[in-house]
Amino acid sequence: MAGKGRGVAAFSFNIESLGLTRGSMPETQRGPAPLFPQIEYKPGPLKAGEDEDYMRALKQEMRGRMKDLPFNIKHHAGKGDVERYKEKYTREIKKLEDEDWTPDLKKSVKISTKDKEEVLNKLDELEKKGDVKSDEEDEVKKEKKEDDEEGEEAEIEGDYDEEFEEDNDYIASYFEDGDDFGGGSDDNMDEATY
Amino acid sequence: MTAQEVRLCGLLLQEHFGDVVENVGTHLIRNGVLTLRALAHETKLALDLVKKSLCVLVQHGMCTFGPGRRGPAGPVEYHINCEHILHMLRYPRYIYTAKSLYGDTGELIVEEILQRGQMTMSSTVKTVADRLTHNMPEGQSMDYNEVVSAFSRLVETHFLQRCPPMASAESSGTGSAETPPAVTQPSNPESHPDCYKLPYISLSGHGKRRRSSEDGEADQRAAKKAKTDSSECGDEGIHWQVNFERFHLHFRDQAIISAVSCKLDQTSGEIVRTMLRMSEVTTSANAAFTQALSANEIFRALPSNYNIARPILDQYLTLLVDDPMEFVGKAGDSGGGMFVVNLHRALANLARATLESVVQERFGSRSARIFRLLLRKRHLEQKQVEDFAMIPAKEAKEMLYTLLSENLVQLQEIPKTPDHAPSRTFYLYTVNQLPTARLLLQHCYKTVGNLIERRLYETKENKRLLEKSQRIEAILASLQATGAEATQLTEVEEMITAPERQQLESLRHHINKLDSSENQVDETIFLLESYINSTQASR
Repeated sequence: MAGKGRGVAAFSFNIESLGLTRGSMPETQRGPAPLFPQIEYKPGPLKAGEDEDYMRALKQEMRGRMKDLPFNIKHHAGKGDVERYKEKYTREIKKLEDEDWTPDLKKSVKISTKDKEEVLNKLDELEKKGDVKSDEEDEVKKEKKEDDEEGEEAEIEGDYDEEFEEDNDYIASYFEDGDDFGGGSDDNMDEATY
Repeated sequence: MTAQEVRLCGLLLQEHFGDVVENVGTHLIRNGVLTLRALAHETKLALDLVKKSLCVLVQHGMCTFGPGRRGPAGPVEYHINCEHILHMLRYPRYIYTAKSLYGDTGELIVEEILQRGQMTMSSTVKTVADRLTHNMPEGQSMDYNEVVSAFSRLVETHFLQRCPPMASAESSGTGSAETPPAVTQPSNPESHPDCYKLPYISLSGHGKRRRSSEDGEADQRAAKKAKTDSSECGDEGIHWQVNFERFHLHFRDQAIISAVSCKLDQTSGEIVRTMLRMSEVTTSANAAFTQALSANEIFRALPSNYNIARPILDQYLTLLVDDPMEFVGKAGDSGGGMFVVNLHRALANLARATLESVVQERFGSRSARIFRLLLRKRHLEQKQVEDFAMIPAKEAKEMLYTLLSENLVQLQEIPKTPDHAPSRTFYLYTVNQLPTARLLLQHCYKTVGNLIERRLYETKENKRLLEKSQRIEAILASLQATGAEATQLTEVEEMITAPERQQLESLRHHINKLDSSENQVDETIFLLESYINSTQASR
């Protein structure tokens, strides 16, 4: 290596072209940079005003409300506990929406490249979106939530059934599914409620 | 997807939808497209949890599905849409814009649809009417028609759009002829001809006031009855979603107008606002500049409370055209002069101003001077930088190297000889606006991620205290409802000691500050993203 042993700061090129001189080099680093270095220029203040306050309030409200919607999916809780007495009232007060919905997997749409079946499928989907059947039990249901859920259910149903588009004629031979795949083709699949 | 974007998406998903959805979403982002079984295997979650999470993501438009690599016969693949997840940062801004344009009704409509992802018109109207009624004084209620009219106005101005129809129904039609692509492109909602057509619904009535739980029975009966009614509203299957692009155009216009007002004056801002308003419908989303408008048209379209004379308007227009920011350009001389608003150039200039301001705030005004110099002059040698910036050599060197180490400035080598000998090579400093903007955008994503994590940390640290205060509030509320005496109330209030109260207060203050910061960093994110997208669109 050039310069090792002779002088530590020996460079292989002429430093002056970069405008450096031997004396002006910064000190070598000893160890990693500090985690919270001192900053010379403090950051400016935040914008403060009605608009910003309102948007902040909106953000916080939304955060709180999203936790109570059924979109907030929780892990399966342990089955050990009996439902506590307060759960019924907590749910009512916090207006928790139904946590136990499951997508309706009874009807699935099979995709195929044949024309007749396409048309039939399209008709099926439209029909399915038309009748909304909600099959969960709830304790206290408010009207508002019901309407919302139905909207959701219909959409989710419609969306969801597209996922199980397997044409069994073609793939039974070489594509082996596990038991829990393609569950949409089974009827009366009992989802355990938790 | 960059590491910072993935991290931020994960944090946003967790905040809004919980850990399970976050797990599913993060794996989808990291792996691109996945089938259901692969996803379940990767996340090691139960299959039904994975299905539910995917439902949630699809409902909110953050995930699309389509026939996979094996064609229509193979398993379906899921493809996540990161931009949609990042839009969650901007929800408060969308809602606030709707409020400023269409009042409380508009605000609640947009809020409901954002929270639910997609909704039918009838359910939205009912929900919003109920919420508005709840806030009105006793005895009044909100008529459905008002909500319907607010909804219609939102659709007419394209802030809401219909959700695109099922992708598979279309792809099975086209798939037979040619081999479909690996993941079907989600059909652009705008390609659907009825995108902005309002359905005819037979909906009349008033918002219902939510009663307290004593009337639970009556409500339940009414609810059951309403359930059978709601399916006859006539708009089944027509779901609406928020049109984020339209909101973004609106924000972009706002940014341009406020920049003009700040730089020149209020009247110039009004003129530019008029021009933008006139060309709203004629300009496409990615256009580099608006349609040419003649000075006569602008004069006629100015709002009536701005009584400026015609020659004054001409002077203003000339001023706008001559301004170095190039917001307005002249495109011809007919009709008193044809003028356009240069959208892409305006965005580029706004992004440039943002970059310069960032350098100034972090490294000082002299470093900012060097940065601006390099932006203008493109390539400069060390000596030239010192001369043009009028900064002594030693300090200029230090500042340049600081900027170089932060990657805001790049070094370009130009060899004189083929052997690239350092003594015979030119070393030029340069700044490229687009890569620097991208770098800053990643910094912004990292910043927001840090802000969210800090907020979660603060909340977790003080969890016990927060829970205690919540319980005490609940007790107070229930006591007040049942009419307790003042002594009992004060007794309960005193359960929180003074230092605890102080701690709670400072916690609230910190969290407010962190939330506000997130909103404001998002404004910078929007500006930089718009600039980057506009340069990509014009390529």
